[in-house]
Amino acid sequence: MSASPPMLLQARSLTVGYQSAGRELLALDAVDLDLAEHECLGVVGESGSGKSQLLLALLGLSGGAARIAGSIRYRGEELVGAGTERLAALRGRRIAMVFQHALSALNPHLNLGTQLMEGARYHLHLGRRAARARASELLATVQISDVARRLRQYPHELSGGMRQRVLIAMALMCDPEVLLLDEPTTALDVTVQAQVLQLLRTLRERTGVASIFVTHDLAALAPMADRIAVMYAGRIVEQAPVRDLYAMPGHPYTAGLLRSLPRLDTPIPERLPAIPGQPPDLAALPTGCAFAPRCPLVFEPCAERPALRERGTAHQAACHLDGAAARKIREAWP
Amino acid sequence: MSANQPAGSLWAHSWRRLRASAGTRYAALLLGLIIAAAVTVPWLSPYDYSTPVWTQIFAAPSLHGGRLFGTDALGRDLLVRVMWGCRISLLVGIAASLVSVFIGVLWGATAGYLGGRIDGVLMRIVDVLYCVPFIPLVIVLEVLFGRNFLLVFVAIGAVSWLDIARMVRGQTLSIRAEEYVEAALALGVRTPTMIWRHVLPNLIGLVAVYATLTIPSVILFEAVLSFLGLGVHEPLASLGSLLAEGFIEMQAHPALLIFPALFLAAIILCFNQLGDALRDALDPRQELP
Amino acid sequence: MGRYLLGRLLTAIPTLLIIATLAFVLLHAAPGGPFDSDRQLVPQIQHSIEARYHLDEPVWRQFVRYLANLARGDLGPSFQYRNTSVNELIAQGLPVDAAIGLTAILFALLVGGAAGLFAATRPGSRADRAAMSLAMLGISVPVFVTAPLLMLVFAIRLHWLPAGDWVAGSWRHLLLPSLALALPYCAYIARIVRAAAIEALHQPYIRTANAKGLPAYLILCRHASRATLMPLVSFLGPALAGLLTGSIVVEQVFGLPGIGRLFVVGALNRDYTVVTGITVLYGALIIVFNLLVDLCYAWLDPRIRSRV
Repeated sequence: MSASPPMLLQARSLTVGYQSAGRELLALDAVDLDLAEHECLGVVGESGSGKSQLLLALLGLSGGAARIAGSIRYRGEELVGAGTERLAALRGRRIAMVFQHALSALNPHLNLGTQLMEGARYHLHLGRRAARARASELLATVQISDVARRLRQYPHELSGGMRQRVLIAMALMCDPEVLLLDEPTTALDVTVQAQVLQLLRTLRERTGVASIFVTHDLAALAPMADRIAVMYAGRIVEQAPVRDLYAMPGHPYTAGLLRSLPRLDTPIPERLPAIPGQPPDLAALPTGCAFAPRCPLVFEPCAERPALRERGTAHQAACHLDGAAARKIREAWP
Repeated sequence: MSANQPAGSLWAHSWRRLRASAGTRYAALLLGLIIAAAVTVPWLSPYDYSTPVWTQIFAAPSLHGGRLFGTDALGRDLLVRVMWGCRISLLVGIAASLVSVFIGVLWGATAGYLGGRIDGVLMRIVDVLYCVPFIPLVIVLEVLFGRNFLLVFVAIGAVSWLDIARMVRGQTLSIRAEEYVEAALALGVRTPTMIWRHVLPNLIGLVAVYATLTIPSVILFEAVLSFLGLGVHEPLASLGSLLAEGFIEMQAHPALLIFPALFLAAIILCFNQLGDALRDALDPRQELP
Repeated sequence: MGRYLLGRLLTAIPTLLIIATLAFVLLHAAPGGPFDSDRQLVPQIQHSIEARYHLDEPVWRQFVRYLANLARGDLGPSFQYRNTSVNELIAQGLPVDAAIGLTAILFALLVGGAAGLFAATRPGSRADRAAMSLAMLGISVPVFVTAPLLMLVFAIRLHWLPAGDWVAGSWRHLLLPSLALALPYCAYIARIVRAAAIEALHQPYIRTANAKGLPAYLILCRHASRATLMPLVSFLGPALAGLLTGSIVVEQVFGLPGIGRLFVVGALNRDYTVVTGITVLYGALIIVFNLLVDLCYAWLDPRIRSRV
C-alpha cells in the first residue's frame, strides 16, 4: 500500500482466534487495515462482526486465551509479539481507547480526578498540580461544567452522557495520536448521542487526532468518517471513502445496511427493509463467502471465499460480482 | 415446564463438572469409606465400646492382638470407640444440619417471597440473632439445664440456620422478580402452587450446597462442646470427647489423640471439599467445558 | 454519615438489651440457686448471703437492678470468687486474649493475604492449586486438633517452647496459642482474598486501566484493592468476634488465664454472673465489630456512602 502521508497504524492479515468447545473461532479473519495521520476511519458491523475485537487487538488487549497472527505496525514498529512493557508504554500515551459502557469502564471506587490524572502522571511524569490543570482543561473541552467539583465526584454521581465525555477526556489526557472509539454513543439517548458526536468532530478539528470509530450505526459515521470499513463475520468486506460507500456500495451487505436506515427524504415505507436471515454463527460459517446465505445475488463463485477487489479509487469490496456490481445490487435491493 | 427445563441442562452440566474434579472424587470416596467403616466396624469387632477391660489399659496400637488403634485409659478398644465417635459426630452433624436447613429455608423463603414488611421483620430478627454469641449461649444453656442430648441437638441446629435463611431469602427475591413468576401470578396461580412449582426447584441447588457446608461446621460445633466436656455423656463418645480424653493422655499415649484427630479432620475436610465443589459446579457463571 | 451511625447505634441498643435479658432470664430460670452446691447453711447465714446478692428481692426488682448495673458497665459479683467482681476478673483475663487474638489475626492477615494475592495472580497454576489445597486443609482441621498437636510436637517432644501457662510479656508463651488460633483464619483469608482478587481483576474497569498503559502494581494497588478488601472486611467482622470464642478452646488446651477459661470454669462451677456477664460482653463485642465492618464498607465503596 503506498501512501504519501505516513501510516500511523497498519494491520496486515490480522487474525484473532479463540478456542471454544474444541474448535477455534476466528473473531478476526485476516483483516487488513490502514490508518493515516489525522484520519478518521469508521468501522461498521453487527454484533459479533469482530469490530470491538479489532480495537482490542490493536492495543494487544485480546486476552491470554486468544491466538494472534498477522502484523500490526505503529509507525512501522511491529506490535504483535512486542513485550508488555513496550505495549504499555504506547497504551494511553500514543494510542488511547474509549470504551462503550462508561459506567463499567470507570472504577466506581475512585474519584474522577484520580482516574483522569493517573495516565498523565504515569506516562508524562506530571506533578499533581500540572495533571489537575490538564484534567480541568480537558473537562472544559468536553463541555463539562463545574470542573472542580466534578473532579472530586464519583462515576455513579454523573449522568450517562457526562460519563462518556469524561471517558473521552480521559483518553485525551496524554495527547495521543490515535483514538480508538468503541461504540461511544451506543449506550446513550439519541439527543445525547448527537451532542457527543458533535463533540468528537470538534475535538478532531482542534487536536487533529486520528481515530478509529467503531459502531453499528452507519448513519452516525456520515459526518464523522473519512473512510469506512464494513465488517462481517470477522472479515472486512468493504472499504471505501465515505461518500463512495454511501453512493455506490460494492458489497450487498453494505447495501443492505444502507437500505435499512430510516430516511426522512424519501416516502416512509410500510416496513423497514431488513437483511433477511440471521447474523452469522462464527462456529458454523460456510466455506466461501460468509454472507452468501443472506445475499440476494448469490451465485456459483460465492462458494469460494472472495478476496478484496478494487471497485474504484481506494475502494475495495470482497465480492465476486464484477464491475457492474453496484448497479446489480441496487436493482436487487432498491 | 419453565422451572424444569433450564434446570435440567444446568444440572447435567453441574454433574459433569462435579465428577471432573479429582479432589472431589477422592473426598467422596474417603467419606464413603469412613461412613462404611463407622457402620460396620463396631458391629464386626469383638470388642465393645464401653466395657472397661482393666487388664489391657493403654495397649499400643498393633496389628496382632486385633487392637488396631490400641486401647484407652479404661482398656476400651480405641478403634471401636473412634468408629462410634464417627457415628455420633456424623449423626448429630447430619441431623442437626437438617434442622438448620429446614428452619432456614422456611424462614428465608417466606421472607423473600412475601417481601415488604414481613421480610423486614423476619430479617431484622435474623440480624439481631447474628449478634448473639452462640457458643457461649449454648454452654450457658447446657450448664443451666443439664446435658440434655436433645437440647444440644436443637441448639446446634439453631446456630446455623441464620446463614441459610439469608441465602435463601436472597435467592427467593431474585426468583420472585423473574418474569415467569410475574406471568404466573398474573394468570392467577395461587401461592402454594407458586412456591412448590417455581420457587422450590430453583432453591434446591443452593440448599444442597449450604446443607453440605453446614454439616462440617455443625460437626465442629458439637465436637467443641464435647471437647469442653459439655457434649455427649459417658460412655458414649463423639470425636470431640475422644479428643478431650486423648489430650489428657497425649504425652504418654499420643495414639489416643492422633486417631480421633485424623478421623475428625478427614470427615470435616471431605464435607468441605464436597460442599465447595458443589458450589462451584452449580455456579452459572463458570465456563462450560 | 452521622445519621447512618446513629441509626445503627439505635438498633444496637435493643439487641444488647435482648441479649442481656436472655442472660438474666436464664440466670433466674436455672433450676436450683447459685449456692446449692455448698453445704447446707444455717438459715441466718443463708439469709445474709441472699440479702448481700439481692436474691431476696422480687424478680422484677432484681431485673431493674441488673439492667441499671449493666448500664453502668457493672457485671455484678462473682459467685465463685467471693470478693471479686466479674469486671475485675474480666480485666485480668482480657489482656491475655487481646494479645493472642491480635497476634493471631495479624499473622493470618499477613500470611493469608499474601498467599491469596499470590494465588490470584496465577490462577490455575500448580502453585495456586497447592496453596488452595493447603487452605482447604487449614479450614477443615479444627483448632482443638491443631492446638494439642502443636503442643505435642513443639513443646512436649521437641521442648522448643513452653507447654502452656502464661507469663505476661513472654513471646514464647504467646507463640503456640497464637499460631494454633491463626491457622484456620489464615486459610479462610487466603481463600477469600484469592476469590476477591480474581473477581476484582475481571472487572471492566481493570481493562480500562490496562488500556491506559498503567503498570501492574498500580492496577493492583489502586484499582483492584478496594474491591478485594470488601469481602475480606465482611469476613473479618464476624471472624474477630469468633476469635473470642475460638480462644475458649485454645485457652483450655494451653491452660491460659483468659476470659474463655474463666467462662468455662465458671460454667462448670455454676458461677452464673461470670457466665452471663461474659456472654453479654461477647454480644457487645460482636455488635461493635459488625458496626465497624459496616463503616469500613461505606468508606471503601462510595456508592454505599451516597445511599447512606
